[in-house]
Amino acid sequence: MHSVSSPHLILEGVCVEIGGARILRDVSLTVARREFVCVIGTSGGGKTTLLRTIAGLLPVASGSVTLGGFPVNAPSPRAAMVFQHFGLFPWKTVRSNVAYALRVQGRPADPDRILRLLATLKLDRVADYYPAQLSGGMKQRVGIARALAAEPEVLLLDEPFSALDAITRESLQDEVLRLWENSSQMTAVLVTHDIDEALLLADRVVVVSGPPGHITSEMPVTLPRPRDSQEIRGRADYPRMRKQLWNALNGPGVTCGPGTT
Amino acid sequence: MTAVTAQRGRTGGRRAGVRRRPMSPGRRWALRTASVVVILAAWQLYGRSNPILLSQPSSIAVAFADMVRDGTLGHALASSLVVLGIGFGTGSAAGVLLGLAAGRSDTISALIDLPVNALYAVPAVALIPVIVLWFGFAVTTKTVVVFLFVIFPVLINTTRGVREVDPELVEVARSFCSGERRMWTDLILPSALPYILTGLRLAIGRALIGVIVAEYYTSLSGLGNLISTNANDFQTARMFVPIVVIAMLGVAFTALLELAERRLVQWRKTPQ
Repeated sequence: MHSVSSPHLILEGVCVEIGGARILRDVSLTVARREFVCVIGTSGGGKTTLLRTIAGLLPVASGSVTLGGFPVNAPSPRAAMVFQHFGLFPWKTVRSNVAYALRVQGRPADPDRILRLLATLKLDRVADYYPAQLSGGMKQRVGIARALAAEPEVLLLDEPFSALDAITRESLQDEVLRLWENSSQMTAVLVTHDIDEALLLADRVVVVSGPPGHITSEMPVTLPRPRDSQEIRGRADYPRMRKQLWNALNGPGVTCGPGTT
Repeated sequence: MTAVTAQRGRTGGRRAGVRRRPMSPGRRWALRTASVVVILAAWQLYGRSNPILLSQPSSIAVAFADMVRDGTLGHALASSLVVLGIGFGTGSAAGVLLGLAAGRSDTISALIDLPVNALYAVPAVALIPVIVLWFGFAVTTKTVVVFLFVIFPVLINTTRGVREVDPELVEVARSFCSGERRMWTDLILPSALPYILTGLRLAIGRALIGVIVAEYYTSLSGLGNLISTNANDFQTARMFVPIVVIAMLGVAFTALLELAERRLVQWRKTPQ
């Protein structure tokens, strides 16, 4: 397991209200620099709200969000988001969609760097295609490339694979795993309702249930890195971890896992 | 009604479900030519029964050549095109600008929606006496009439287009720290563009109506004058010439806009 160091993202007693309804209740979470945290929970539990709050898209009713020492109260270039619905501009080509992340912030979009990024995500051959010409898996590759182009400190992923078919999902999960394990500095928070996805990617899984959403338990994932999806699922301790997470999801308030206080 | 037209073009998903095989360009042009030939031939044959009242395509062609040669057509066309150009230009510019503002700002929308709906409901023809009283019989009056015919379909479609911006994409833009100006260029204008073009296409037909109506009801001039005076003189062939010219103008302008739409909205390609 790689080293997990200083706190990078800190949520303290965060409450979020939308239209008078409380969506998040007293959420406190500390994510270390270069840690990969998966937020897992059933639908409607507030996990996407949690991610949007971290992204600065939603104001907090009380509590605070701090990213790299700075309070978050609006979207910042320190974080970049990958969306469940891909969120590509249909009138921009793959290349322009990726370069958008830089241009919109007034940063220069070096064409060579964009092209290298496209190549990393196997998009170089469709660089001049429009999103309507791509499959769901390819669209999400563009979404990921766009977020990476911004060179964020924190990568926020909102159920990025849930709109994809099972086979595409697995190969893209592997790819995100590799990209993140090879990156030097990136912190990641991924929202999912998929137990295997959380175990594959996370250093730590946070279980959120609601409404109003609150953290019911946490579980460190001690599987060694670099990971391989097929290999970890064949490990002897994998069924036990899976069961543990399953129980945590279904029994609110249950704290489980080794090392959790 | 106007918005429905735009929406049908936009919802690619639904269209894909009942997608028919596209017709080859050659076949399309063959069918187009055939329909025109059949109409002209039928007119030519039937027109023989009463050439004075019904006229015939052949005599219209002769009259066309005459009127080009003696300059009456060119003069009238120029006069009508000035009114059409200024009226359409100012009307669609005002429609687009007001539509963008009303689509983006609830304040502006609340300020203009009652007057717009009221003016849209009143037939522009009914306002002509008022416009004449205010602006006299000169070119200004006619362009104001065309302006009133043009502005509403453009304004209403543009507003609708801005309103239809995908809220998920707005959130994407916000998450990447987009400023308001980039919001317009990356998101609002491209997504409103198909609606604006639909509004312009509807407006072209209305602008041509507006020109002729204005020329009938204010001081006689331009193509409308040619139609009216030649009809009074039972010069049916000469009367039909400006009508055919108007029809051709409509076809040409619509084709131009379709070309612009294909160039500007080329991202809307069929899924592979």
